Amino acid sequence: MSTLLEVSGVSVTFDGFRAINNLSFEIGPAELRAIIGPNGAGKTTFMDIVTGKTRPDAGQVLWGERSISLLKLSESKIAREGVGRKFQRPTVFEDQSVFDNLLMALKKDRAPWRVLFYRETAADRTRVGELAEEIGLADQLQRKSGELSHGQKQWLEIGMLLAQEPRLLLVDEPAAGMTLAEREHTTELLKEAAKTRAVVVVEHDMEFVRRLECRVTVLHEGSVLAEGSLDFVTRNQQVIDVYLGR
Amino acid sequence: MRQSFIAKNPSVLIFLALLGLFTLAVTILGEGLGIGLISTSFVKTLGKTLCLCLVAIAMDLVWGYAGILSLGHFAFFGLGGYMIGMWLMYARTELIVVESLAQAEIPPTPDEIRDAIGTQIFGVVGGSDFPLVWAFAHSLPLQLALVVLVPGLLALVFGWLAFRSRVTGVYLSILTQAMTLALALYLFQNDSGLRGNNGLSGLQNIPGAGDVPQSLMSIRFFWASAAALAIGYVVAAFVVSGKFGSVIRGIRDDEARVRFLGYSVEGYKLFVFTLTAVIAGIAGALYYPQAGIINPAEIAPIASIYLAVWVAIGGRGRLYGAVIGAGFVSLLSTWFTGGQAPDLNVGFYTVKWVDWWQVLLGLSFVLVTLFAPKGIGGLFDLLTGRRGPDRHGADLGPGAGSFREKEAEQ
Repeated sequence: MSTLLEVSGVSVTFDGFRAINNLSFEIGPAELRAIIGPNGAGKTTFMDIVTGKTRPDAGQVLWGERSISLLKLSESKIAREGVGRKFQRPTVFEDQSVFDNLLMALKKDRAPWRVLFYRETAADRTRVGELAEEIGLADQLQRKSGELSHGQKQWLEIGMLLAQEPRLLLVDEPAAGMTLAEREHTTELLKEAAKTRAVVVVEHDMEFVRRLECRVTVLHEGSVLAEGSLDFVTRNQQVIDVYLGR
Repeated sequence: MRQSFIAKNPSVLIFLALLGLFTLAVTILGEGLGIGLISTSFVKTLGKTLCLCLVAIAMDLVWGYAGILSLGHFAFFGLGGYMIGMWLMYARTELIVVESLAQAEIPPTPDEIRDAIGTQIFGVVGGSDFPLVWAFAHSLPLQLALVVLVPGLLALVFGWLAFRSRVTGVYLSILTQAMTLALALYLFQNDSGLRGNNGLSGLQNIPGAGDVPQSLMSIRFFWASAAALAIGYVVAAFVVSGKFGSVIRGIRDDEARVRFLGYSVEGYKLFVFTLTAVIAGIAGALYYPQAGIINPAEIAPIASIYLAVWVAIGGRGRLYGAVIGAGFVSLLSTWFTGGQAPDLNVGFYTVKWVDWWQVLLGLSFVLVTLFAPKGIGGLFDLLTGRRGPDRHGADLGPGAGSFREKEAEQ
């Protein structure tokens, strides 16, 4: 299996605290992966590194067929390369309509000059409509996204990610604060997305991870502790000690 | 469902219509062409106010939409004024010098004329040679180009340095204050080449139009200011109406998110900052011929702070709010500081508005910020029954800028 993202030997230190310690991680082009681990295991820092927010002290992050190093690119360039990120807290542009949020995220030329003279086409509107359908917000397009419920905002953000057409989706705790029905919908969205691209889900909630039915990577103190199916890693004695045992 | 630009922005048509009516009314009531109900000096005040409205639109773009609280946009305004002022002063002095030298026995050489102009202009700061910055002062087209280029380039370089280092929020505001202060202090020096604290004067006399009375000239400048404001409003509305507007409002509300969407936030900020600097420069170039004089005090930090106050009181994040704020507050300020407002006798103390106006302004700024964050423009929402979503979260918009209230009362 070819790899889309290859993280090898990455370390980051914040004020002497080693947040990521010689971490290595790989994911294929169409794969769903869950990352679990106790607080402070480095899950969010891992995402920060891949998306260019944090620069590691050592190691490399290679991307795509041509194995480009992501470490030299800016955040916006990395996003244009095809890495999409969903934050823990739903971050949508609350002052703007659902339609505008999705339109902004559509994969298009991002240069200021081109955006200034951009006029939406019928194809763009259709695409936005399809995305809204997919995330269950088709009848909310003209509403300001600030009025949406917490779960709807989470979906809108996932929809914005899909609109970017990323090859890798990094999703930070998507199910936090969701009702049971909303969780099911979210699971479907992520599974569907993973058929055509790589999806990495960081999650605390074991029940949610079980629903995803995917390979699981357990992080502990900034490096990989175990990897495999959920049942496999939950039987691992080390994992039980550091995480599940508590 | 595709809508035209006008259909999406009905306020543009309404604004243009009102501005047209206002221009017509002033023309009819003015001294130059009409019945003379409005004095020439008041026509000039109104014309200047329109220029201030234009720079307020620039401020609204950069602050209300893109969330960059620049407290230095009057530097660009002043630079625009200086650039046009250089030509006005040079060309007019040239006319006077040529006329006086024409009486001499021997016709003067071009060098003699140039020296005489230099002595006339720079005698006040004890010099007579033209500094390098005056190299193009003889040419109107070149100086007009500089009106756009000088503020634009300064904004481009300053913005590039500041945004590239990810300076945001209050720190950026302080940096822009430092920029305008540094520029003002530099220009205060006699050897800066722009006549130090004397500034450039006599700008109301347009070279080659000596036989046009000021009453008529003031109306012409009023028209030019109204036209510039109209164009500026349409351009600004175009910039904020489409996807570009979505992106810069996104930057205002959540910069990091926009970055992770793949937009180069720094590029967008630089674009808006430079564009608004150019608009400010043009507004300044129209303002100072009507004011007649420009000196470095005009670009002191307080001027840019006033600009922010106008936009805040008018309602940031909507273009007509900026226009209303600048027009309303600056006219009111003229009234209060011009000694026309009657003193208020409260028994033990007489409130002289010339002294107390700034306190009143500072107070109303604080009150607006606290109780009516949408400003005067928010009244239109009440009229049309439009309400913002109940967002549950923190206030949107640029960082609350904790320094503003204190500064406004200075």
